[in-house]
Amino acid sequence: MVIHRSFGDKIFDSFNYVFLTLLMVITLYPFLYVVFASFSSAEMLATTRGILYKPLGFSLEAYKSVFDNPMILIGYKNTAFYVIVGTFYNIIMTSLGAFVLSRKNFYWKKYIMAMVIFTMFFGGGLIPSFLLVKGLGMYNTVWALIIPGAISTFNLIIMKTAFEAIPLSLEESAKIDGANDILILFKIILPLSMPTIAVMVLYYGVGHWNAWFGALIYLRNKELYPLQLVLREILISNSMNDMLQNSDTDKMFLGETIKHATIIVATLPILMIYPFLQKYFVKGVMIGALKG
Amino acid sequence: MDASLNKNVNYSTKKKKKSLGETIKADYKQNKFVILMALPVVIWYIVFHYAPLYGITIAFKNYSPMKGIMGSSWVGIKFFKEFFNSYYAWRVIRNTFVINIYQLVCGFPAPIILAVLLNEIKNNRFKKTVQTLTYLPHFISLVVICGMLVDFSSKDGLFNTVLATFGWNPTNLLLKPEYFRGLYVGSGIWQGIGWGSIIYLAALSGIDTEQYEAATIDGANRWKQFVNVTLPGIAPTIVILLIMQIGRLMSEGADKIILLYNANTYETADIISSFVYRKGLVDSNFSYSTAVGLFNSVVNMTLLITANKISRKVNETSLW
Repeated sequence: MVIHRSFGDKIFDSFNYVFLTLLMVITLYPFLYVVFASFSSAEMLATTRGILYKPLGFSLEAYKSVFDNPMILIGYKNTAFYVIVGTFYNIIMTSLGAFVLSRKNFYWKKYIMAMVIFTMFFGGGLIPSFLLVKGLGMYNTVWALIIPGAISTFNLIIMKTAFEAIPLSLEESAKIDGANDILILFKIILPLSMPTIAVMVLYYGVGHWNAWFGALIYLRNKELYPLQLVLREILISNSMNDMLQNSDTDKMFLGETIKHATIIVATLPILMIYPFLQKYFVKGVMIGALKG
Repeated sequence: MDASLNKNVNYSTKKKKKSLGETIKADYKQNKFVILMALPVVIWYIVFHYAPLYGITIAFKNYSPMKGIMGSSWVGIKFFKEFFNSYYAWRVIRNTFVINIYQLVCGFPAPIILAVLLNEIKNNRFKKTVQTLTYLPHFISLVVICGMLVDFSSKDGLFNTVLATFGWNPTNLLLKPEYFRGLYVGSGIWQGIGWGSIIYLAALSGIDTEQYEAATIDGANRWKQFVNVTLPGIAPTIVILLIMQIGRLMSEGADKIILLYNANTYETADIISSFVYRKGLVDSNFSYSTAVGLFNSVVNMTLLITANKISRKVNETSLW
């Protein structure tokens, strides 16, 4: 193709590159600022104003305080549990539901589908759900963060669509060999839907990693707090008490840098896996879009 | 031979006239395992989505935890009256609506503009870099995003100190009601613009390149190509997403609000869902909170159903 660019085109292209570069800076700089601030010396940071281009001085004090805080470790441990057990349960329940709804000749299918779709439009709301979880004896237990969120109806429908795309002939031959439906799901459907399952694992997994609201309303015991709720206390509720038990002025300065170091410590795992997983997430958007 | 043929005929007429009971029985025989697999899912939906519907009755009762849902006495629409006669009703409805309008007017076009601009970039490496970076904030947890926002908005935080160089008077931005919505919606756009652009980029990549070639031959410049080829190409996607967003016009979630607001900013920040949370779970005013929540659910359902209907219609007509 012959590229003939007019003067106006050139102006537009330059503007476009400048604008998008600016957007990248705006996106990235807040994170860079937090990184710089977390390595800065607390006193220097407290007296310096404005944009940072590099850490002010160099200090690992803040990171030491973060790792000295037992709640960070407890939060990490709990979040690991919620992500692994929660996602596993999500996948089991969602694939069971998707399998049932993808059956072509199942009498109850349309009724179950109607029951599922209705929940997308209307629900009990916060308090009735809270009273239910309490009534089931899940209040202040880890199960309150796992069982009530077992299925996301949106994900269920995505998975159902994926299952429906699998040729019927594959399972028919298995049926002739005497396989029952449970075997068909685990030996044929699931292995053939691995790309969709991978996307679902990521969606549910990141959901569990980021979740904090359920923990806020259902958990009293701090030993069960996920990392995000611990972070909320440190970053937002300003509960620096744990870290600053002997709050002399030197440590007071440290408060700000501790927050920055906490952000880095809590975000690093996501930042490290993000480049490898990005394409799966993007694929997930596309699968969802086909249906949505 | 004759008998077997007869049997067959019998069978087929029987099949047509099968009673409901027989259909269910036949289905059970064929789908035993499917029913077995459906059970945990159906039970889960009944317990966690349908049982709470019964709990809604406490909106019409004077619920006390001691008496339980069943034992509490009926009070009719007392709590709805109390809410609508209170000073809060107008405040939270207005705030929910205004924040959503901000998101519609500023937040909705942002990813479209980004996608269109990215589509004009011919350098693939640059394009990929922009995409990777702008998708990133979507994966950072809300708590961390809000933690950063709280830090940057503090009196000697990043925002204030940068603005101070332009003669701005430093003040804690999150304590001022007049800045809350801007910070809330602005940070949402910052976090979501890249991710939101994916779907439009996909729509853009679906446009036939021949159309652009034809337009070039016809002498259309880039702006004209944008207006006549690009825009019509992504218009269906825009329309559908716009309708769906309007369907969510009154259903902003409480979580980000709760992370960012405080008693100083309730005037502009408190929305229906955060009010429901505070009245119910902080003040333990269960019935009142459920009544407000029910009001919100009904409004949301109406909007959603309307949006769905419209989108189905638009979808049908715009496809062909």
